[in-house]
Amino acid sequence: MTKVIEVLNLRQGYGKTVVLKQINLKIKAGEILALLGPSGSGKTTLISSIMGMLKPQKGTVTVLGNQMPNRQMLSEIGFMAQTDALYGTLTARENLTFFGAMQGVPKARLGARITYAAGVVKLNSHLDRAVQYFSGGMKRRLSLALALIADPRILILDEPTVGIDPELRQQIWKELHHLAAEGKTILLTTHVMDDALQADQLLLIRQGEAIAQGSPAGLVAEYRVKTIEEVFLKAGRMQDAHNSNG
Amino acid sequence: MRIIAMAKRVITEMLRDRRTLALMFLAPLVILSLFYFLFQSNKQQTTSLAVRNVDDALVQELKGKHLKIHKVTADKDAQTLIKKYNYAGFLTQNGNKLTLTLQNSDQSKTARIKQSFQSAQIKLRAAETKRQLKKQAIMIQRLQQQLNVNHPQSQTSSSNQTKSAQYQLKTNYLYGSSSSTFFETLLPIMIGFVVFFFVFLISGISLLRERTSGTLERLLATPVRRSELIGGYLLGFGIFALCQTVVIVLFSIFVFKVQILGSLWNVLLVNILLAFVALALGLFVSSFASSEFQMVQFIPLIVIPQIFFSGIIPVAQMSAPLRMFAHLMPLYYGGQSLANVVEKGVSFAQIAPNLGILLIFVVIFLVLNQLALRKYRQI
Repeated sequence: MTKVIEVLNLRQGYGKTVVLKQINLKIKAGEILALLGPSGSGKTTLISSIMGMLKPQKGTVTVLGNQMPNRQMLSEIGFMAQTDALYGTLTARENLTFFGAMQGVPKARLGARITYAAGVVKLNSHLDRAVQYFSGGMKRRLSLALALIADPRILILDEPTVGIDPELRQQIWKELHHLAAEGKTILLTTHVMDDALQADQLLLIRQGEAIAQGSPAGLVAEYRVKTIEEVFLKAGRMQDAHNSNG
Repeated sequence: MRIIAMAKRVITEMLRDRRTLALMFLAPLVILSLFYFLFQSNKQQTTSLAVRNVDDALVQELKGKHLKIHKVTADKDAQTLIKKYNYAGFLTQNGNKLTLTLQNSDQSKTARIKQSFQSAQIKLRAAETKRQLKKQAIMIQRLQQQLNVNHPQSQTSSSNQTKSAQYQLKTNYLYGSSSSTFFETLLPIMIGFVVFFFVFLISGISLLRERTSGTLERLLATPVRRSELIGGYLLGFGIFALCQTVVIVLFSIFVFKVQILGSLWNVLLVNILLAFVALALGLFVSSFASSEFQMVQFIPLIVIPQIFFSGIIPVAQMSAPLRMFAHLMPLYYGGQSLANVVEKGVSFAQIAPNLGILLIFVVIFLVLNQLALRKYRQI
């Protein structure tokens, strides 16, 4: 299995407003792809389309060889939402147990999975506290643990490192690389350049269009600049120039 | 399996939220108790009636537990006296002519005076008839004695006549009793309404909270079916609605001493079906609200009109278009069935059609719910 996620000529929008146009994307097993772009550029819409929450207006989205939307495929995807969608009155363990059951984790394995997922985000000692008393960073970490609970083949993480301190961020990246080495496919969105450098592949999105695509080093070389930030700025200027010409 | 996990989560969340729990179980009891006392005090209220120059026999008959008679001699007109002493009514007699002036600011007092007046007249007339008959009987007896004829047949006929004169009126009540109050008639309907209202509110708001906090969207990012999601809600809240119904019905029986002529199981069954309609409706309606505030706005629009058609106002007396409209109201079927079971003791077979319609309401709202969830996930 080479292509785990494939997006072809995707156009997506809500009603008449077009949010994404002409998006093409391929992610192989064991690869980490970061979607980079300012807020409002369409990153979350692209994620929703890949997960099949939205039907493509044009083009196709394929996950593990199945055309999306496909409900069954969602059991192969571990998702971390941008907003911490947690049940505040429940404890961390209850949240993990509930989402584990929803993802279809067998009861016998659930205990071990909770220990593992909470371990990755260092929440093991807080498992039996109600989530409403968690700090912002702890909630973010629990959201990530929820994505890991079912041992999915694909991880889709929307802004995973927001509100997480640098030390834990390092540890999370270490774990993500470890998961990728095991053959898991990871798609994440970010607007933090440090995160972008950790990814194997970058897709730069601006105003709903893919303006540049490639490995971090490759992009820096291609645009003859020093940082990813500069790649983004240069590619953005080129997009504007192209659009005003066309 | 996912349905069970969903239901378990809904129940755990609910149990942690003490205030909502209290609202669901105590508030209905408070409302019903308040309702009970409101109608009880009305029963014990006394009405004052002033009389002037009225025959003692009539006054004696008018006097009752709740009607207090004031004999007045002052030579002022009725309006002045009523205003001055706050009498509910003023009765004067002039020869054979009676004049009754009523304050009429409290219709229930007016009704009581009129009622007492009617019953007094009936009693007086009956007494009069009785006297007449007695007189006749004596006359006949005298006549027979005078004639001195041994006529066994006429003898018996005369004794029959004497007996019939002593007949007394005894009223039997088909439903309720002479102590039946407005409260007892309305209580079954009120129980149904209270169950409906609280289940609607709490289920609607809790699904709404799930929408606004983003957990619904997160939930739909798992392979859960939309039907499993709705089913879990139905099961979780259904259990609470069941408990609530049992508490309310038992409270009514043991505290208000309401007599249920029909089967208690039928009362519970109707209430539970009503709770399920409210549940499905609340969940559905919550998809049109984007905040708790907007959810509450649906109460006057969707819940209040239900009261009007629940049987508190007799639907049979409504105009044809309104009667048609009543058939769109779940509480119309629920209230009717409850009243019939509690007051008339009808059997399951007789309420079955209504229960069937309530079930159809549940199914319709559940299907609509499923469609409404498409907004979040298109499969």
